[in-house]
Amino acid sequence: MVAEHERSLEVVDIPINMGPQHPSTHGVFRMVLMVDGEKCVDVIPHIGYMHRGGEKLMEAMDFRQGIGYCDRTEYLAQFSAELAYVMAVERLMDVQVPERAEYIRVILTELNRLSSHFMFMGAFGIDSGVFGTSFTYAFPQREYLQELFEEVSGDRLMYAYFRVGGLAWEVTDNFVQRCHEVLKHTQQGIRDIDELLTKNEIFIGRCQGIGAFTAEQAIANGLSGPMLRASGVPWDLRKDEPYSVYDRFNFEIPVGNYGDVYDRYLVRLEEMRQSVSIVEQALEQLPAEGPIVAEKLPRRLRTPPGEVYAKVESPRGEWGVYLVSKGGDKPYRLKMRSPSFCNLSALREMCLNQFLADAVMILGSMDIVLCCVDR
Amino acid sequence: MLLAAPAIDIDQPFVNAALGLIAFTLVMTVGVMYATWYERKIVARMQYRLGPTRTGPFGLLQPIADTFKLLTKEDLRPATADFVAFELAVFLIFIPALMVFVAVPFTADWFISAIPLSLLYILAVSGLSFIGFLLAGWGSDSKYALLGGMRAAAQLISYEVPLIMAMVGVVMVTGTVDAYQMILYQDTVPLIVWQPLGFMIFLIASIAEVERPPFDIPTGESEVAGGVFIEYSGIRWSMFQLSSYVNMYAFALLGAFVFMGGWEWPFGTDVGWGLQLLLTVVKMSLFIVFYLWVRASFPRLRPDQLMSYAWKVLIPFSLAQIFFNGFIIVYDLPDVAYLISSGLLTVGLGYSAIFIVRRGEPRKPLQMVPARATARKPEPEPAVVAAAEGAAT
Repeated sequence: MVAEHERSLEVVDIPINMGPQHPSTHGVFRMVLMVDGEKCVDVIPHIGYMHRGGEKLMEAMDFRQGIGYCDRTEYLAQFSAELAYVMAVERLMDVQVPERAEYIRVILTELNRLSSHFMFMGAFGIDSGVFGTSFTYAFPQREYLQELFEEVSGDRLMYAYFRVGGLAWEVTDNFVQRCHEVLKHTQQGIRDIDELLTKNEIFIGRCQGIGAFTAEQAIANGLSGPMLRASGVPWDLRKDEPYSVYDRFNFEIPVGNYGDVYDRYLVRLEEMRQSVSIVEQALEQLPAEGPIVAEKLPRRLRTPPGEVYAKVESPRGEWGVYLVSKGGDKPYRLKMRSPSFCNLSALREMCLNQFLADAVMILGSMDIVLCCVDR
Repeated sequence: MLLAAPAIDIDQPFVNAALGLIAFTLVMTVGVMYATWYERKIVARMQYRLGPTRTGPFGLLQPIADTFKLLTKEDLRPATADFVAFELAVFLIFIPALMVFVAVPFTADWFISAIPLSLLYILAVSGLSFIGFLLAGWGSDSKYALLGGMRAAAQLISYEVPLIMAMVGVVMVTGTVDAYQMILYQDTVPLIVWQPLGFMIFLIASIAEVERPPFDIPTGESEVAGGVFIEYSGIRWSMFQLSSYVNMYAFALLGAFVFMGGWEWPFGTDVGWGLQLLLTVVKMSLFIVFYLWVRASFPRLRPDQLMSYAWKVLIPFSLAQIFFNGFIIVYDLPDVAYLISSGLLTVGLGYSAIFIVRRGEPRKPLQMVPARATARKPEPEPAVVAAAEGAAT
């Protein structure tokens, strides 16, 4: 028999609604945490606040107009998203992209990976509680990358620079020199972040052993990108199914041993160094002259009927575009496989029985882009 | 000068103390306004930024602009908030923060009231604010605030213990609980030399007591989004901030006169109040810059790590220090024994911190998968599946 006064002191788990305006949900993500004191006993993620039907919209646009929508979907790794889309259309149309265009695509995509990972480093530092220092270390250097993209594409955010069959226009004359300058700043940024966070005892204490996923769990949850590699699966599309000209570069894939938040951070940090190396190699091999758009492209792009799945290794993982065409100048059906969405599906499993503060770190380590989740 | 009201040889100590307190509250308010400016400038420098520059020279008018903004903001109270708890909490945090200064000796003559047990008084009063945090957390009727309030109460109570224990060690060395006498004791050598462990524990615990990063768990922006302050706005919110800064001043001053010799060391008693005040302020600023520096460079601890650090590391070490001090007093060993025992314990504290935070065996570094150029040419383009009409649906 429970006495009356004891029953009135019954312990209940309280639901805490985190988001969509919470500072550390990286956009309009919302999760309902059932907490027992500080421990999460259940996590219910809610997505869809940003849903605009991007895939459906692209079905109403011709193949050239669709490129802009890729930027709006994955607004931190725009070039990766564009690349997957134009690759899908190119494969369907069987277009050969000139070599120079391929190299410039790779350079820009890798620089974009750097800028995206800088964003992660800044935001992840804030999630772990650094008072903005990680952000201010990462962002000045990221700004140089943004400036370069602006010079090349004419826009800071919505580049729409890749075209089916090549690029929209020639890069600026001093492109190679500018890239080298930007890389210097980038390396400085990587060093700064490394020195601020990697060996910091509190950061280590907060990250190690949190949200650990084994390789089997990671595969079962469909993770990709740094999340998957941190769990010990050496899977990188740039190496395993090379697209574009990635087979010509010498780079390494960092793979973690523990699959926890700290490994995800380390993998991303190392990936940044590898990206710098890829860009340097690409700049060396970049043909000085040559066309940047495939020849004999019709003014109005039309594909033969068929279907194709093109995938690239975006900073967040496998970014895929599945495109079905019934002929004509518009996709019949278009589906984007967004790595943010797939990675996010593991959130609940990772957060169970972790502390509230760790749930924030785990969400941060996923490096989601909400537009990319909701599309 | 009202502030110069010496508590000894005064006709009406109560009136003078009251006037001094009022003047002091005003001075502190302005001081705190400029502490925010100072903090923003210093932290900005640590972060490749400039801090406020637009308002006045070097952004000096920024605190005034901020104050006006905060004062003119709409004063919101959630409809379901507990009126009494919600309103009372602000003052229960604000008033103890200021009450600490009653017993703080700024120079040999400048203090509001001479209390023979001033150290005890300061520690006791500064420990009151957790009631305010609990009330604010409960009264706001917000789950974030509740979490923050509970975190604050747990943290403040836990870190009160090592803080007071560290002070007990100091009291054993000096043989007095009077801050004034304690400063006089440090005529030649400041107490940081005799009690380095006490100093370290004080430094860590005081950051936790004023809830600044890396111990800003009750207000953690990225977790509880402001914690106890989440439902407060305008003037109430700024009073919370004010008391947080006043607390920081208080602990910086406490550290300055307990461990750094206050106005006494290294120039002695007879240098006049100007130099003494300067000494106090400089020593206080050292602590404040340290707090800011820590703020700009450390992530936040997790609540359980915070607790285990207080109970498993700081308290045993402070107990060990008390034990050694007692040993030295009983057997009448020379003063240098304090330095040796406390110094060794400090080294132990440093190691144990790493031991506690870093669990388990050292980690393997990342594996770097093939350092070769990818040998395979790209897969041949997946052939276009020329779908029959309608097959794709």
